[in-house]
Amino acid sequence: MKLEIRDLRVSYGGIQALKGVSFTVNEGSIVTLIGANGAGKSTTLRAVSGLQKADGGSITLDGQSIMGLPTKEIVRRGIVMVPEGRRVFPDMTVRENLLIGAFIRSDRAEVEKDLRHVFELFPRLSERTWQMAGTLSGGEQQMLAVGRALMAKPKLLMMDEPSLGLAPLIVRGIFDIIKRVNADGITVLLIEQNANAALRVAGYGYVLETGSIVLEGSGAALMADPRVQEAYLGKHKEKPQNAHDDYTAVAATAGRLTD
Amino acid sequence: MQTKTIRPSKPAKRSWVSLILTLILLSIVCFVLFKLQGVQNQLVLRIARLCAINITLALAMNLINGFTGIFSLGQAGFMAIGAYTTALLTIPASKKAMMFMLTPLVKPLDTLTLPFGLTLIIGGLIAAGAAFLIGVPCLRLRGDYLAIATLGFSEIIRVLIMNAQSLTNGAQGLKSIPSNATIWWTYGIAFIVIVFMALFTSSSYGRALKAIREDEIAAESMGVSLFAHKMMAFMLSAFFAAVGGGLLAAYNGTIGQDMFRVIQTYNVLMIVVMGGMGSITGSVIAAFIVTIGQEWLRVLDGPINLGPIHTSGIAGMRMVVFSALLLIIIVFFRNGLFGTNEATWSAIGGRLSALAGHKKRGTAE
Repeated sequence: MKLEIRDLRVSYGGIQALKGVSFTVNEGSIVTLIGANGAGKSTTLRAVSGLQKADGGSITLDGQSIMGLPTKEIVRRGIVMVPEGRRVFPDMTVRENLLIGAFIRSDRAEVEKDLRHVFELFPRLSERTWQMAGTLSGGEQQMLAVGRALMAKPKLLMMDEPSLGLAPLIVRGIFDIIKRVNADGITVLLIEQNANAALRVAGYGYVLETGSIVLEGSGAALMADPRVQEAYLGKHKEKPQNAHDDYTAVAATAGRLTD
Repeated sequence: MQTKTIRPSKPAKRSWVSLILTLILLSIVCFVLFKLQGVQNQLVLRIARLCAINITLALAMNLINGFTGIFSLGQAGFMAIGAYTTALLTIPASKKAMMFMLTPLVKPLDTLTLPFGLTLIIGGLIAAGAAFLIGVPCLRLRGDYLAIATLGFSEIIRVLIMNAQSLTNGAQGLKSIPSNATIWWTYGIAFIVIVFMALFTSSSYGRALKAIREDEIAAESMGVSLFAHKMMAFMLSAFFAAVGGGLLAAYNGTIGQDMFRVIQTYNVLMIVVMGGMGSITGSVIAAFIVTIGQEWLRVLDGPINLGPIHTSGIAGMRMVVFSALLLIIIVFFRNGLFGTNEATWSAIGGRLSALAGHKKRGTAE
């Protein structure tokens, strides 16, 4: 299971959102794409999962091209996305939500087994099987969204901003779950604005800026990189004296990164 | 599961109780239907049959508007297709010859008559075919646009019927349709549709439709193909709408293009909204309420004497009152009587025990 993306280009109307993005996700790893709003992170995921048509480049899974395939087929091949903002089905029960995750599967007995597995992973959900998903808390909805994706038996789980809008304590729980899911042998491609948390769990990371990859390296290396520290982790080598200095420092970094 | 669940502790026992209660309810319904057959009062018999036809029509519409969340207003068009198919295929040849005075009926149809049940299915299949044709462009639209497009389709069908003289007898309409829509036919079909809907909506297809209603993007990213599922729901809905239309033709005895104006769609929509978009039991109960209510309120059309206020009968007064009642329902039950819930035995049991518990507490204090 190796996902390779080469020179991926996507545009919305006349605006180029991705200007030739290349990266690799190796089997069993946790890879993260970090970047600010509008950098093209979600577009990348949407293109990989077939929800967004790409203009050019290639997306291959174990050497086979999956570009242009319908989402259904991509899910069948084991690439499943946890969409941004959770997007659980509010007027359906927790159980129904999970069963929709297994929509492409027909092996009933196995689905029941995986349902039990998801409930072991998220005991909170098993207490609420018949509750409407819309009545769950944000953290529980995120658990449900992850559980729903796991029901499709993914080989590669793509998560779009799992920490969005959640309390720090819950975010830590979500990242623990990502590690556990990965320990079960599922490859994870993680998209985050919360670079700190993402780089901590990721084996390898890429920094995306306005449609192109500007930096890459192991999670630890990126965290130690002064450019990443300044732009994404809010750290500065020398504390700026006033707000004006702060602004110029960030502007300088941004300039350097886009060069 | 090791952890505590909210679910009743013994689901197996519950389902037995539910099954027995359902059987009891069914036998009561059958008994009432037997009794109804012997009733001499034609009006009661007519209203009872109309209730069943409305159940079929409402469930057909609920499948697409309630369960799939696609706001389609093409119902009357599909009903017209079913009604004309059934009429043309069941009216005896001699009657057809008399009716088509201006231009004779086209060749094979002028002598062809088929069994009633078969004509309902044929009508349904033609409607499903029509649904496919208009679904290809329309189902890519969303929300209001789709509603307008389907509304337009429904009108197109009506205008076609008005002008296809040699097929539909144009504005004169069709008469002498054999009255095959007996209590057993109407309730039999309503029963089949209810059972089908119950099984279908709890199947994985039904879940996929609900998922599309809730969130298209999430549904698609789980591998649900939007277009195929919407199309399936649209065609099934058209099929049942046409079956209901066929029953309506046999029930009425005469049909004309006038019957299938947009108002017909709204009549069914009213039942669906009142019962709850996405509730089968809601549609069934609302079908009874609306059908019986509209007849019962007919009293208001006659002379009213309220002491100071005295009228000598205003035609349409009942619709004014009826609209007011509908408004009240929408104000107090925003999602209809049932919302997306079903009146299951366990839900009723829960309500009753809550009520009993409340009473007990009340007397203890």
